[in-house]
Amino acid sequence: MRIYALHVGLLALLLALHFVLPAYHHGNLARVMVLASYAMGYNLMFGYTGLLSLGHALFFAAGMYGMGLGVQHLGLSAAPALILGLGAGALVSGVLAALALRTAGVAFMIVTLMFAQAGYLTVLYFGALTRGDEGFVIQQADRMLWGIDLSLEGNRYLAALTLFGTCLMLCLWLVRAPFGRVLVAIRENEERVRMLGYDVFAHKFAVMVMSGTMAAAAGAAYGLLFGYVGASFASVQYSIFPLLWVLLGGAGTVLGPFIGTLFMFYLIDLSSGVTTAYMLIAGVALVLLTLFAPQGLMGEVRRRVWRGLP
Amino acid sequence: MLLSTRGLSKNFAGLRAVEDVDFDLPKGEIRALIGPNGAGKTTLVGMISGRIAPTAGRVSFDGQDITALPAHQRMRLGMAYTFQITSVFGRLPVRENVALAARRHLRGTAVEAAVESALARVGLSDRASQEAGDLAYGHQRLLEIAMGLAQSPRLLILDEPTQGLAEGEIDSFLHLIREVAQEATILLIEHNMRVVMDLAHRITVLNFGQVLAEGTPAEIHANPAVQAAYLGGLPDAATG
Ligand SMILES: Nc1ncnc2c1ncn2[C@@H]1O[C@H](COP(=O)(O)OP(=O)(O)OP(=O)(O)O)[C@@H](O)[C@H]1O
Ligand SMILES: [Mg+2]
Repeated sequence: MRIYALHVGLLALLLALHFVLPAYHHGNLARVMVLASYAMGYNLMFGYTGLLSLGHALFFAAGMYGMGLGVQHLGLSAAPALILGLGAGALVSGVLAALALRTAGVAFMIVTLMFAQAGYLTVLYFGALTRGDEGFVIQQADRMLWGIDLSLEGNRYLAALTLFGTCLMLCLWLVRAPFGRVLVAIRENEERVRMLGYDVFAHKFAVMVMSGTMAAAAGAAYGLLFGYVGASFASVQYSIFPLLWVLLGGAGTVLGPFIGTLFMFYLIDLSSGVTTAYMLIAGVALVLLTLFAPQGLMGEVRRRVWRGLP
Repeated sequence: MLLSTRGLSKNFAGLRAVEDVDFDLPKGEIRALIGPNGAGKTTLVGMISGRIAPTAGRVSFDGQDITALPAHQRMRLGMAYTFQITSVFGRLPVRENVALAARRHLRGTAVEAAVESALARVGLSDRASQEAGDLAYGHQRLLEIAMGLAQSPRLLILDEPTQGLAEGEIDSFLHLIREVAQEATILLIEHNMRVVMDLAHRITVLNFGQVLAEGTPAEIHANPAVQAAYLGGLPDAATG
């Protein structure tokens, strides 16, 4: 009960902030919520199941390009384009899961990294369709969802909150359900799980598709809300980001990805205001955090304050 | 026959760990599997449970050929397996360890009931909220047994379950296994001869990967080939 109060409370707080935040932070928070949804998808695999993927940009980009190309070349309106993005993410993550889950550990990291890199190069190769690095803009007229103009700040924030809330509640429910408990058990001791009679591969496959689809949802939403689709979102950077956010916020906690994304976003934002060497400041802060809170921020909260935190 | 193997063999890079084993275990029996270190006992039950792929031979369970089935499906047919080297979820609470075992076949309040009952049977009820990794070694062995019980198996395979248990704990273990044997067939690898002689209906002796002898505890005790394999006699029944 307290657990639901906490998570619903955060959503309520974010809704309240909608009415009071100044425009600059309002815009930032909308972005953070979409990226945090991406990180939550990543966390399902990395934090809960112990599968370290270095290729999640592939899923994020699958969603973004599935949506964007649907709008640009198939003339789809926003809703079917979003669904196309989700479908693309589910398909791509399913295919990659079938291939990559035959490996484990470092090999898994490398296989996911290579496939994501292949995805990035594919985006560049089909430059005629994707406009490569330069990317393309989603016109305001195409950003209407059920008559709501997503290019307007207020609508954008509420749409981001809707996505974030959906992902948050899905994650919360999932990790507390029997399925999620098995994921944690796989992370802790895979062989024991197998010898308890669970199909480990099927569980990993399912969570990878869920994780990839959630990442794709965030990618599609990002393109639609901020009106731009570009190859940089498919680059290796965007595979590393969710890993950093989740590590910072606390791997294997439901709120960790949001906290980590928010923290990192403002860390870079604030330090870039102070100096041009802002990445250095961000780097130092990261090192300090890994030294003093190796479980991430929410991981520390769980360790010190609230042991049952999901 | 609940369990049968025919010609079951395993080579590890030329080492014949198990060689041409025909093994039959009728329903309801407590069978002990004994043999010197390295005789192939763990490898044999590994092939029975599906952890280890055999080099040759077949396994059948309850009349069904399961040679091709992966381990998790064999467990679903009603096997449960406890590891020789303790394998629990060290960072999860004791209760959750057992609940994971129970939830494979139960849902809702039935899970809690199964968990409470399994923990009570091994005497770990008061440690349910502790992290499994914090338990003493002997208690981790008991937790493994509780995880086995929570699966309500038809065949319970125990690989040296009494290793690390104190004498007093062994007495309650003997009692527990007799009770479990009312519902399940038991295949027990054991070095402690007191446990073997006390519990087993029949004993299979493995030596250099082959079945050396099989019979009642009295027959095995009197068997000269078995005596020889143990280099000068069976370990003393009192000390194990
Ligand atoms: N994975 C493996 N790779 C190579 N050799 C192995 C492997 N597993 C077991 N062996 C070898 O196979 C033989 C049988 O081992 P096994 O573990 O089955 O014996 P055991 O009867 O269970 O012994 P113990 O009483 O010491 O547990 C041993 O010589 C062992 O070294
Ligand atoms: Mg052994």
